[in-house]
Amino acid sequence: MAGIDHAPPPFFKQGPAPLALLTFYILISLAIFVVDLRFRSLDLLRQSVALVVDPVQRVAQTPGSLVDYARNYLQGMRLLQSENDELRHAKLNTAPNLLRLEQLEAENERLRKLLVVKEREQAKGQVAQILYTARDPFSRKVIVDKGQQSGIVAGQPAIDEAGVVGQVTRVFPFSTEITLITDKDQAVPVQIVRTGQRSVVFGLGNGQLELRYMPANADVQVGDVLVTSGLDSVYLQGFPVATVVNIEREGAYSFARIFAAPIAGVENFGEVMILDPRQPLPPPPPAAQGRGTDGSDKPGVRPKKKRAAKGN
Amino acid sequence: MQPTFSSSRILLPVRPWFIFLSLIVALLLNLLPTAHWPGMPDWVALVLCFWGVREFRRVGMGWAFILGLLMDVADGSVLGQHCFAYVLLAFLSASQSRRLLWFPLLQQALQVLPLLLLTQLIQLLMRLAVGAEFPGWSYFIGPFVASLLWIPATFILLLPQYQPVEQNPDRPI
Repeated sequence: MAGIDHAPPPFFKQGPAPLALLTFYILISLAIFVVDLRFRSLDLLRQSVALVVDPVQRVAQTPGSLVDYARNYLQGMRLLQSENDELRHAKLNTAPNLLRLEQLEAENERLRKLLVVKEREQAKGQVAQILYTARDPFSRKVIVDKGQQSGIVAGQPAIDEAGVVGQVTRVFPFSTEITLITDKDQAVPVQIVRTGQRSVVFGLGNGQLELRYMPANADVQVGDVLVTSGLDSVYLQGFPVATVVNIEREGAYSFARIFAAPIAGVENFGEVMILDPRQPLPPPPPAAQGRGTDGSDKPGVRPKKKRAAKGN
Repeated sequence: MQPTFSSSRILLPVRPWFIFLSLIVALLLNLLPTAHWPGMPDWVALVLCFWGVREFRRVGMGWAFILGLLMDVADGSVLGQHCFAYVLLAFLSASQSRRLLWFPLLQQALQVLPLLLLTQLIQLLMRLAVGAEFPGWSYFIGPFVASLLWIPATFILLLPQYQPVEQNPDRPI
């Protein structure tokens, strides 16, 4: 600090004018807003800030999780016993199917080999615990406790015991952000189980899903189950996604408005399984190149059919 | 400085570490799981606004920007959303501080309300502009609660600066 006789105290030195500072900071804010949203190139900044915030966030979550833990612990034997009974009952109910599943899978594999069809991919993954839901009221995301150190990469699908929960969108060193399928405009390629028709289901942002771009006379009924179609090289085929709950057909529009509710406990806390990334699809045949995005996922299926026909 | 400009009580100078601590605690409060309850205030905005009014020389737009960045990452929202809102809040509260402190606490709270509402509104507009869904009117309850909390916040955050009532007459300050 300068002594009194050295220099006058800097009464009038206040740095840049407030309005100039305001303009400067607002311009920076808007710049990173646009860059983060449009170009997604600020992940390094986000990851480094997350390294600072993450410990604080975990500390903040501790009281809540302790309360949860205590509540679970104190719920006592009776609940546990009844749950145990239920589970044993359910296990017995599914036993006939499960016991035959292995044999069926082996048979399926053998038949597929006979037909020279590419073998089905095995679903493998790692279990992760949901830490908390992101506070942002505009989106639906959860944060789980596995990150880069567990080898998770963006794009991996996440499921729970009932069906698809979401997709990994951002990976931090020790945590991962999963965007739920109910997030606005989060898309999952699906197939209607009853008819086999392919479509894409979009999140609406209010906990529901919408099956878009289905013609007004499409064969969809309330109660139809939608499963992943596997045509996107992200989700494996056959995981339940949603059930159709409401269909609005209006003559004024060429598309029906079809609403669906997620099957998985998308808004629940607990554990999810993050599936390993899929093996890349075989390259599309040259004839199919140059077509739109809609056509680009079909070629993966087509050669199989041809080869299957040859096998016969 | 006095608690309000019309008060005759003189406060001790603020300690910088207390400002820092209060902002960190506000950040921690924002990250609690209670943040999902409807009508929970944005604690960081409240404390930032308080120090912006009280000590705009110490807590300026730079602090607001950094806190905004932390909140953006913690929230999982788009980077720059909280930065913009907090920087504007810091600027406005600094520009209001000469006027605001002439009023009694309740009226101060009433005048802080538009600032906090604006903070929330800017974030809403930024997200709506890029295609987010309107999250419902409960989004705007937070600022009302926060402006009510202005009164207890003033008492708590000024607590370390109060002097004992009985004073040594030889040393009036």
